Amino acid sequence: MEATVSIENLRVEYSSRDLGESTKVAVNGLTLRVGQGEVFGFLGPNGAGKTSTMNVLLGFVPPTSGTARIFGVDVREPIARQRIGYLPEQTYYYKFLTAEELLRFYAGIFGIPRPETEARIDAVLKLVELDHARKRQIKTYSKGMQQRVGLAQALINNPDLLILDEPTSGLDPIGRMKVREIIQRLKGEGKTVFFSSHELGEVETVCDRVAILHQGELKTEGRVSDLLKEHSANLEQIFLKLIGYPPLP
Amino acid sequence: MNTVWSLAKVVVLEMIRRKDFYVLFILTVLLTLTAASVNLFNDRSIVRYLKEICLLLIWLSALVIAITCTARQIPAEREHRTLFPLLAKPVTRGQFVLGKFLGCWLAVGLALAGFYLFFGLVSATREQHWPMLNYLQAAWLHWLMLGIVIAFTLLGSILFATPSSNGTICFACAAGILLLGRHLNKVALSLAEPLQSLLYTAYFILPHLEIFDVRELIIHDAGLIRWDMFALATLYAAAYTAFFLFAAWLAFRRRPLN
Repeated sequence: MEATVSIENLRVEYSSRDLGESTKVAVNGLTLRVGQGEVFGFLGPNGAGKTSTMNVLLGFVPPTSGTARIFGVDVREPIARQRIGYLPEQTYYYKFLTAEELLRFYAGIFGIPRPETEARIDAVLKLVELDHARKRQIKTYSKGMQQRVGLAQALINNPDLLILDEPTSGLDPIGRMKVREIIQRLKGEGKTVFFSSHELGEVETVCDRVAILHQGELKTEGRVSDLLKEHSANLEQIFLKLIGYPPLP
Repeated sequence: MNTVWSLAKVVVLEMIRRKDFYVLFILTVLLTLTAASVNLFNDRSIVRYLKEICLLLIWLSALVIAITCTARQIPAEREHRTLFPLLAKPVTRGQFVLGKFLGCWLAVGLALAGFYLFFGLVSATREQHWPMLNYLQAAWLHWLMLGIVIAFTLLGSILFATPSSNGTICFACAAGILLLGRHLNKVALSLAEPLQSLLYTAYFILPHLEIFDVRELIIHDAGLIRWDMFALATLYAAAYTAFFLFAAWLAFRRRPLN
């Protein structure tokens, strides 16, 4: 299977003078591969190194050592981001723009031609069910609608890889279900989805494979069905066991 | 260029949809019209006094718009986290800085066009003539000066923690240079070393924003600025703007995003 995302021996360090330490290791020796068309769940408790890994993949943070590639291109090259869509956790998009204008803006960044832009805007707004509110300024949107406009911007370039950081965070059950449906629909279209979530039930439902990270290190990686069989437990129990919870007395 | 242009358009749209410009424009109009109401006996010197007030208000308003609009750009992108989906697209940090600059400069250009149009109307109704070339030279130099201010405010928005502190510092610097810039060398002469050398260095390093202040040209209907000098002033502004943008890019490319 062709690797859409490949991470080799990744190490990310931050200098953290505020904490009284010289450096803090956020990710330590992470090696990971995500194949084309997979829905990959990236799990771990807060501070496990998930966001740091995503930040490296998105070119926000340079790796201290090791390599990260997307479609075989080093993530430090801006062109590596041409075929990806990214939904960050809790972003407040330009509230003075309408959904249509926001999507036109992002399409302009990708250099999508005008007629194609309009067709893409129609398609993604229908997909995220915001067609009715396309001409309203984003400041009038509810939280769920803002999350869906975020998903729409992540899809505007028809990406082959979607990186979603807590896509259902703060959404009500209906909002979560809608996001889950969208992920499954994208999977059906052959897109690769790499997402982090604390909703383990949701991960179990939509993911083909998962990786569990704890204190910057990979604890396990594999197909969800294989992990469930191997541990004879659900994903939440496996997760808690691997991160050492409850702690030993 | 597509990327830079897309970023710039959003900044222009923001200014159009915010109230800052309209408030300052209405304030300028009201103050100018109030001043115009004291024009007795059609005295020519009173018309000049009116033009002077109107231009001063335009200069102040434009400076406020340029600095406040620019100072909030990058901090707002961070605060609302829109920087993340943006830089997760094929956008370099250089394009980001350039797009923000271009947007602010164009937005301020639009505001200036509105202000100068109003000024032209006011003076045309009083003096029954419209020296277009004089206005164009004055407005262009004014816009160039604001380009330098926008570039250093953009640099400040990366270096300083909050938009308000950056705005205050940039406003004080711009106003200080406009008022005192041309006198720094004379003040330096009266000082002892090493202050004298320091002030002289500042005199030669600081952008002399005051050379772009040619309000007299349209207040007193003086002759046009020589075109070679005009081109030189354009190059001078472009060089300083490029320098500050380069510094902003250097500072921003090293800055962690989170």
